[in-house]
Amino acid sequence: MTLYFSVSSVPSVVQDLRTYSKGLLMQVVSKGVPAGPVLWEETLPGGAHWSGVMRRGTALRFTDIEGGANVSALFWNFEEKSERYNMPDTLKAQHTAYLTRGHCGFSDMGRVMFSIVDDSAGWHDTVCGVIDDATMTERFGAKRFQENRNAMHRSGREGLLKEMGRWGLGKRDLHANVNFFSKVVTDAGGNLSLQPSRTPGVHVDVRFDMDVLLAVSCAPHPFVEQGTYGPKPVKITAWRAGIAAADDHCRNFRGENQRAFINTARYFAD
Amino acid sequence: MLVESKLDPKTAVVTEICAAGEPWMREIRKGQVFRILDLEGNQAVDTLFYNASDPEERYSAIDTIQRQRNLYLGVGTRLMSTEGRAMLTIVADNCGRHDTLGGACAQESNTVRYSLDKRFMHACRDNFMSAIQHDHDHGMNKRDITHNINFFMNVPVTPEGGLTFEDGISAPGKYVEMRAEMDVICLISNCPQLNNPCNAYNPTPIRLLIWDQG
Repeated sequence: MTLYFSVSSVPSVVQDLRTYSKGLLMQVVSKGVPAGPVLWEETLPGGAHWSGVMRRGTALRFTDIEGGANVSALFWNFEEKSERYNMPDTLKAQHTAYLTRGHCGFSDMGRVMFSIVDDSAGWHDTVCGVIDDATMTERFGAKRFQENRNAMHRSGREGLLKEMGRWGLGKRDLHANVNFFSKVVTDAGGNLSLQPSRTPGVHVDVRFDMDVLLAVSCAPHPFVEQGTYGPKPVKITAWRAGIAAADDHCRNFRGENQRAFINTARYFAD
Repeated sequence: MLVESKLDPKTAVVTEICAAGEPWMREIRKGQVFRILDLEGNQAVDTLFYNASDPEERYSAIDTIQRQRNLYLGVGTRLMSTEGRAMLTIVADNCGRHDTLGGACAQESNTVRYSLDKRFMHACRDNFMSAIQHDHDHGMNKRDITHNINFFMNVPVTPEGGLTFEDGISAPGKYVEMRAEMDVICLISNCPQLNNPCNAYNPTPIRLLIWDQG
């Protein structure tokens, strides 16, 4: 059985499609809206961390199951991990201070690492960083395994470093992350405030335009206020989206994006 | 907030010129005061800091923004490290606003931002690369080149989330001064970018001064 999902619904039952021919699946070409066989699905509990290699042409839907989730995410070129997501290059090239549908995540080498092909949340922060142990302790106190067993009372930074260690990466490889589902706005003086979202079921669809090593943590956004510790679970659903078509929305979002896709195509000898 | 410095350039222990478009790298000791002086105006100064005894700990734009809950750098800003510690504190500034979202220019980002044929130009990332390739003391490589400060650069963000590079608000004689809270390595690229108004399309020299005490 081949499962497809539309913008409005994600199947809860997942069929493992690894038996399908790779060649057949690669012919699926992305039109910007998710359409393609689901490869796998997983639910990350609040506070949990995860990493994996997302091959070029695959995509991940992040679903904020209960509302109020945060996903701190870091991205490297799996083949050459000194190439990584570059927040300043991403923002200045697209004249934006946040990410949403149409935006691409650029690497420091001028290539497209990922594209946001669909987004019902509308605003994803990438300038506030990840919560660390000191801030966690200050806001929510320190909780050890000995008393709390498997409750994930851990900082996002610790979660990301644990995942990075699995791939031979360390503190020197930390860089500015994306905080999916967290909206942070500024006033005229540059003062920042988190606008909490409580809408269950919102999603963001991220297509990977290179082979990307992705590390995520579902720990709270660093601006979550004292006494409200309660990180929310996030469902991640992988499918094969295909590489960006000529008429792809993200590719054509701006001239800058078109040129970055040309750089990416040269890298892959398309 | 504008705060004038009371320090006399005649008493500085270091006074150096960094020519237009060049890198500059030097240690600044805890307690010393460091001034960057925009000699001719509208000059972006791309700047990174590292803990001199452990360069794995370095300036972090996101931690600086996170700790002060504000996008812009000015008097009172503590420049935070990746370990959540203050590396330097801005103590004087007659310019008023400095950026840490705009990053550094690179040949690769030139191809994206302007045109594929704008690759072969001088860029801040090449200055950073040159400085660390010739620096044998700290074992740094590309992984250590992180998101920098752009002193004297004006990158306003709107409440709607727009971001633009605007004409600089700096002018001849504008400066920013900071006190080192730990021994740091300062790595500067005096920005050679010719494709946008960050240097008023005319990169110019800067002066670097260090005093032993504030």
